[in-house]
Amino acid sequence: MPSIESEAQLRAIVTSLSGVDSVGAEARVAKLSTRSIKKSTKLAALDMAISMVDLTTLEGADTPGRVTSLCTKAMRPNPRDPSVPSVAAVCVYPDLVAHARSVLGTSSVAVASVATAFPSGRASLKVKLMDVADAVSAGADEIDMVIDRGAFLSGRIGQVFDEVVAVKAACGSAHLKVILETGELVTYDNVRRASWIAMLGGADFIKTSTGKVGVNATLPVALVMLEAVRDFAETAGRIVGVKVAGGIRTSKDAIRYLVVVNETVGSTWLTPSLFRFGASSLLNDLLMQRLKQSRGAYVRPDEFSGD
Amino acid sequence: MTERQLANSLLGSMEYDPAPESAAIAKLKSSYGLFIDGSFSDASSHEQFASINPANESTLATVAQASTEDVDRAVVAARRAYDKVWSKTTGAQRSKYLFRIARLIQERSRELAVVETLDNGKPIRESRDVDIPLAAAHFFYYAGWADKLDFAGFGAGPKPLGVAGQIIPWNFPLLMAAWKLAPALAAGNTCILKPAETTPLSALVLAEILEQAELPPGVVNIITGDGATGGALVDHPGVDKIAFTGSTEVGRLIQQRTASSHKHLTLELGGKGANIVFEDAPIDEMIEGVIDGIFFNQGHVCCAGSRLLVQESIADEVLRRLIRRVEQLRVGDPMDKNTDVGAINSAAQLMRIRELTDVGESEGATRYTSSCTLPEKGYWFAPTVFADVAQSHRIAREEIFGPVLSVLTFRTPEEAVTKANNTNYGLACGVWSEKGSRTLWVAERLRAGVIWANTYNRFDPTSPFGGMRESGFGREGGRHGLEAYLDV
Repeated sequence: MPSIESEAQLRAIVTSLSGVDSVGAEARVAKLSTRSIKKSTKLAALDMAISMVDLTTLEGADTPGRVTSLCTKAMRPNPRDPSVPSVAAVCVYPDLVAHARSVLGTSSVAVASVATAFPSGRASLKVKLMDVADAVSAGADEIDMVIDRGAFLSGRIGQVFDEVVAVKAACGSAHLKVILETGELVTYDNVRRASWIAMLGGADFIKTSTGKVGVNATLPVALVMLEAVRDFAETAGRIVGVKVAGGIRTSKDAIRYLVVVNETVGSTWLTPSLFRFGASSLLNDLLMQRLKQSRGAYVRPDEFSGD
Repeated sequence: MTERQLANSLLGSMEYDPAPESAAIAKLKSSYGLFIDGSFSDASSHEQFASINPANESTLATVAQASTEDVDRAVVAARRAYDKVWSKTTGAQRSKYLFRIARLIQERSRELAVVETLDNGKPIRESRDVDIPLAAAHFFYYAGWADKLDFAGFGAGPKPLGVAGQIIPWNFPLLMAAWKLAPALAAGNTCILKPAETTPLSALVLAEILEQAELPPGVVNIITGDGATGGALVDHPGVDKIAFTGSTEVGRLIQQRTASSHKHLTLELGGKGANIVFEDAPIDEMIEGVIDGIFFNQGHVCCAGSRLLVQESIADEVLRRLIRRVEQLRVGDPMDKNTDVGAINSAAQLMRIRELTDVGESEGATRYTSSCTLPEKGYWFAPTVFADVAQSHRIAREEIFGPVLSVLTFRTPEEAVTKANNTNYGLACGVWSEKGSRTLWVAERLRAGVIWANTYNRFDPTSPFGGMRESGFGREGGRHGLEAYLDV
């Protein structure tokens, strides 16, 4: 894959991508959703899903206390059962990164921070880059940026690309997840093109949503993004991860996503370093289903901490 | 990523634990009689034959071999029911029975799905999600027509034909029974249904459902047997209409044998459907559609997209993606809910598929066969793709009726149309392109009864289905499907 020198070159690449037939894409995930995942496969899938969670709190009301609680839970999701894996990361606003970092210490749980004027992305590039630098210097391992959907929808794809490149540079060694906000891009064709722009710009991950708009992650959107990372790996030789975020609350949902990953890009992607769930309430349902598999009966929801 | 790394990340390589449906749900009896005049009875010869599970060659049940005498008994019962009861019912009354049958199929759908999968070898996912729901949908749809025949476009008060003899194939046993029975009953005919020799069981469960629905005796008679039974039904002078779905060979014989009689005839026969793929096709969905077009129901589909005509400019890319996807198909126990491709229906069919694929190789086509492991017992054939196929190869011309795809190329839309039409058949074609005007241009020129655009193997009771030329004549489904059972 040549380096991108101009918007015209970028446009040539993204307009040469195959279109997505929405009926077919939706039929494909509907069919995959009928996969019956039982017994040891289900247990393995539940543990895999737990290890892929970016435990998230992105509220105006967030406090250091709440973040402490979240980090504690992230490291040991079920304190009574040490065999439960820890989650992949906690995801917070930039001002709480330092606090999260201090609570997590040397644990394997990474600190992810949203940045670039999350969730709208409506700020100047200068402000966005400062936002990123702030989070990185506070100890963020991963940066979740948002693309400029306004620029994308009005055809200024060069601007979208340039921002990704600039943010990637500002990230230094931190991993960059690029949020496409697919609910605002609306069409699957747009999702596919935005995926490529983000990947060409240097994204380590492409991510569906902020969780702050009406439509967040959906299975067909995940399918289209997974097809994009698969095709990008084949043409550019670089493996990019996928994060689905927003609205995934049940184990059943999570397992459906894992099946789509397995049957679209293969088991290479079935690792926390290449697939993530951005979620908060999902974790407790995963824990509950895990316990149900071993005990044969459901426990009360209050068995697990609220956050 | 290197090619080796990619190869190591085979799609779908995460193992799924077996998720088998329970065979006990089928509640099969050890033997079945003939359903004539509202009850089950033995064949006059008391002869029984076995219906076996093609996935493991075990006997599921024995069924009666209907003789000429039994066929006569069924025709007499159907005639009596027609004269005394069914021709005197109102459309609203017929509709009531059809709604009942549809609801009972839904209520017993899980049982029917298991019976179908055991007897046919198709994956339980397909019988559960496609065959049985569509069968119920057909009864629901024609239930709605029964009291509206005056408005079906055939003039006022269209009359039924009388007694219909209906011979159905083994690939969609219950669904084909529904396609035949629902419009015939809605139009006011009485029926004698003969299911295929290798897949009689779901029709016999349907007979139980007809009893449950309290359908008057003799309105539907279901007789099991081999080709001789079908022949006796075709030749019987008391039959007013023959509807046949099956091979072109047998269809031709039936047409000869009914030619000098008063019998009405509709035939739904073989096909060699082409999926035409242009370079601007939505590639991921197209691959899924092509895969579904040929590997759905092990390729035992008369309208299967058994030829892929792909534009030369993307042929290599399409073939690479196709083979990757074929490798991913889960072949095995049809009762496992995660199985994509099940068992070949019979030893005879397996032999035919082997013979034609051997010819494909000897004619010089390049063969790719899935590396999946096949079960030891039962009839199995790994999904196969032939590349470099020429229009003159037998595998490009003859119906294989198995999980075998022949890939050919074209350069211009004209060439695609010419190649697609260069066949004796004319049942179905698919066109894949993001450019609507071209899709319509191609569709107008294809000689086939069904054209799908950016999809394949979509069935709906509201849509007519049927062929041209050696794929037969007459339509099933939709308003058009009524015409086959009305004297218009």
